[in-house]
Amino acid sequence: MAQTAVAESDTGPSLTELARRHGLTKAGRLPSLPEYTRYLWSYRHFIAAFANAKVSASLGSTRLGVIWQLLTPLINAGVYYVIFGVLINTKQGVDNFIAYLCAGVFIFGFTQSVVQAGSQSITSNMALIRALHFPRASLPIAVTLVEVRNMIASMIVLVAIVLLTGEPITVEWLLVLPALLLQAVFNTGLALFVSRLVSKVTDIRQLIPYLMRIWMYGSAVLYPVTFFAERLHGWQLTLIEANPMLIFIELMRHALMENVELAQPAGLLWIQAIVWTVLVGLGGYVYFWRGEKGYGRG
Amino acid sequence: MADIEREPTVIADNAHIVYRIYGSVAPGANSPLASLKRIVTGKKSAAVREVHAVKGASFVAYKGEAIGLIGSNGSGKSTLLRAIAGLLPVERGGGIFAAGQPSLLGVNAALMNDLSGERNVELGCLAMGMSPDEVKEQAPGIIDFSGINERGDFSSLPMKTYSSGMAARLRFSIAAAKKHDVLLIDEALATGDAKFRKRSEQRVRDLRKDAGTVFLVSHSEQSIRDTCERSIWLESGAIRADGPTDDVLKEYESFVNK
Repeated sequence: MAQTAVAESDTGPSLTELARRHGLTKAGRLPSLPEYTRYLWSYRHFIAAFANAKVSASLGSTRLGVIWQLLTPLINAGVYYVIFGVLINTKQGVDNFIAYLCAGVFIFGFTQSVVQAGSQSITSNMALIRALHFPRASLPIAVTLVEVRNMIASMIVLVAIVLLTGEPITVEWLLVLPALLLQAVFNTGLALFVSRLVSKVTDIRQLIPYLMRIWMYGSAVLYPVTFFAERLHGWQLTLIEANPMLIFIELMRHALMENVELAQPAGLLWIQAIVWTVLVGLGGYVYFWRGEKGYGRG
Repeated sequence: MADIEREPTVIADNAHIVYRIYGSVAPGANSPLASLKRIVTGKKSAAVREVHAVKGASFVAYKGEAIGLIGSNGSGKSTLLRAIAGLLPVERGGGIFAAGQPSLLGVNAALMNDLSGERNVELGCLAMGMSPDEVKEQAPGIIDFSGINERGDFSSLPMKTYSSGMAARLRFSIAAAKKHDVLLIDEALATGDAKFRKRSEQRVRDLRKDAGTVFLVSHSEQSIRDTCERSIWLESGAIRADGPTDDVLKEYESFVNK
């Protein structure tokens, strides 16, 4: 016998009560933060496979394939050198301007591409999200891993440029690793943050290129960091020197090159880099986790 | 109903599900002037449209049941399945409760078209929560079951070279490789040629034996009749009938043929 089962308002509590009595869990319940972290950890193989798949999918259609991972940073450095090193002379007394410029371009490019790819990591994988159950943070983390891979290729190019331009290998080169590690965590937090933001307010994606350009000009990528100290004073200078990208770039230049003028002492830079990494890494993760159950809605 | 001895596995309590769609705007509604007006008056953007796909669904599903979901196109069947799986959030009402983690077995699960069938099998299995060892163990079986290698070595070719039937078969095979507490099947039986259909129906019956409860969305009355003893008829997001399959199908047919 077919009975019509249109929801009555008074049947509501009893059904919920029944579910509770039988220990059913609410579909789409937000797991606690430690629970979510364990869940994410159990998906580490998926994250790695997804990142690898993304790389092979993007390079698979080109003839040169993996070589592009080295060619892209080389061409990038070449373009910036011709424009800012040769045509517009922004050197201002930096001895080894090519290496100085490339360190800035590559370190900033790392964060820039993470933000760009991260902003689309939820919106462009909507079909996957609506079909399968997995911790959504896998997606922005996977795109960050792809960029980490690209960054390793960039670092090979950067080290070659630094050596060719006559910098000696010193113990300080070891600092490259912790600096990159901090930046990678910082970038992951940033990718998690923008991916949720863009999935909620799609308009932000249109703004990201401009925001990144403004950020680049504030990070002394194309000109020496002394440029700011000569022109800005007081709170303006404090503000620009607290810029995390400026700090990461300075750390890299300091590690790889001799005779670089820093805006602040190296120890202070390291402390700020750690604070920024913890702040953005954790903040981005928590912000993303809080939205976990809403990503399928679009 | 004797729900004292029967154990419920899925309970929906007056669940409302709302989709938000961006960018499908009527011409003129997105002009600068209209946008400015929205900002000034503080109205919700017209660029976001809401689709109220399920309007207050309530039902209790018990262990060992197979339930068919029927209804015309766009009546909210697939949306309801996604909400049971926890993939879409419930907007209002008491919510949907389930035992364990229900899994959605759909033919729409997106895979990466630029990658080979083998890589897609690996990726899909990992996304379902298998460990790499399990994946290694299962992968040959999945490829065999899908039958994509029947005409040469297709599993090492990118998925974009597959016919749509082959791709659907591979997706079904991946999804059916795992055992589930609550199994949600979305039109999966209508995939591929007759030979594959027979094989997949057998697989679904096997999965049913292991699963506690099965939900099946299908437009094929035959497969609903074959697999489900109970049916729920959804129309424009509301449940019109819920009961034994024969009765519900009869009511549905008289509605369709009107």
